[in-house]
Amino acid sequence: MAGSNKTKITPPRWLLAELTYKCPLQCPYCSNPLDYAKHSDEINTEDWKRVLSEARKMGAVQLGFSGGEPLTRPDLPELVKHARELGYYSNLITSGYGLTEEKIIQLKEAGLDHIQVSIQASSKDLNDHLAGTKSFEHKQEVARLVKKHGYPMVLCVVIHRENIHQMPEILAMAEELGADYLELANTQYYGWAHANRDLLLPTQEQFEQAEEIAQAFKEKVAGKMKIYYVVPDFYEDRPKACMNGWGTTFLTIAPDGVALPCHSARELPGLDCPNVNDHSISDIWHESKAFNFFRGNEWMQEPCRSCDEKDKDFGGCRCQAYLLTGDMYKADPVCSKSPDRQVIQDALDSARESALSADEQPLVFRNSKNSRLY
Amino acid sequence: MHRLQWEEAQQKDVILYPEGMVELNQSSAEILKLCDGSRNLDQIINDLEEKFSTTGLKNDITSFLDVAFNNGWIQQD
Repeated sequence: MAGSNKTKITPPRWLLAELTYKCPLQCPYCSNPLDYAKHSDEINTEDWKRVLSEARKMGAVQLGFSGGEPLTRPDLPELVKHARELGYYSNLITSGYGLTEEKIIQLKEAGLDHIQVSIQASSKDLNDHLAGTKSFEHKQEVARLVKKHGYPMVLCVVIHRENIHQMPEILAMAEELGADYLELANTQYYGWAHANRDLLLPTQEQFEQAEEIAQAFKEKVAGKMKIYYVVPDFYEDRPKACMNGWGTTFLTIAPDGVALPCHSARELPGLDCPNVNDHSISDIWHESKAFNFFRGNEWMQEPCRSCDEKDKDFGGCRCQAYLLTGDMYKADPVCSKSPDRQVIQDALDSARESALSADEQPLVFRNSKNSRLY
Repeated sequence: MHRLQWEEAQQKDVILYPEGMVELNQSSAEILKLCDGSRNLDQIINDLEEKFSTTGLKNDITSFLDVAFNNGWIQQD
């Protein structure tokens, strides 16, 4: 096993609180695990408060309330209030579904710092198709209300082959809604997105064209709107510095109380991810097998081990190495130095073939019925 | 939109904003704390030179305030 006692352990800074896997939307690129229906337990309000308190004491300061759809938890305002009292900078990551003006005001009073609303596309038909729910007009309304009540307005659009052609309209929509921040998140292929990859992965031409449009827009709105552009790593030749290094910065707590070094880590075998019902956050962070597994670089194989970039990208993403090569210790195959780089090319070729094919398969939507198949 | 606060665990002042955090060194934090809307530039410079019993801080302060303004940490009326 990996973790070395010599590795200096830094405190967590970011806490992602996945309050629930329940969600009224069915986005086919959802990052929740495919088998989320198996993990339907949810820890209670007091447990969440204890988690927030303990993580804050260790140094966590950025907090995301996520899910599923966090608004389905009736105790959300109480948790927001607790978070504010502790000094977190808290973010509600929401589909906007079920968010009323009254709730927006209530959460503001409880101390919520910002709301990130996701919109699936710039047109009603495509948005509602991808979300699997009629939600487009309500999302737009929510975005306006968020702005009206003085929150920084963060708009998030996940980009993939079904909507990438709408890039100019997506940018125009963000401008029209008065977004302060726009997150253009190229899909990362884990969970449901991995299952739907042939249907979601854009071609290189599509990606390059969209990036060029986004880049020009970024310059145009500089000083008014900040753009976060999440790169599609399949088109890069170096892997992302996933999670800023394993067990250095990010702590995710899943709805059932399982603590994860990243929100996909549930998919990795043999980690024995600990539960907050059994351990303190400090023990989990410092002592648990899971959080020490890929800490530092003792675990690395070649070509990572002797690579002069290993302290920059930490060998890339462990979940991606596992999903695509079957071996979680290998270099992230996105890296051009990886002997497995061909699997990325195969994925790109397969997606391109699917894009050109006359009888494209339908998307697998994220819902409980489909989840029970995994 | 941005929040300046002292972080006990880091023993540092930080600026918090959506999806991000900037750790401040002591001098940056001292400057920003005076940007409360009640002082103009000359007063900020005077206050800091007085506080640290020194002179000639003007260039350092104005160049930092440019950075702060361009990042949206402060606003101009």
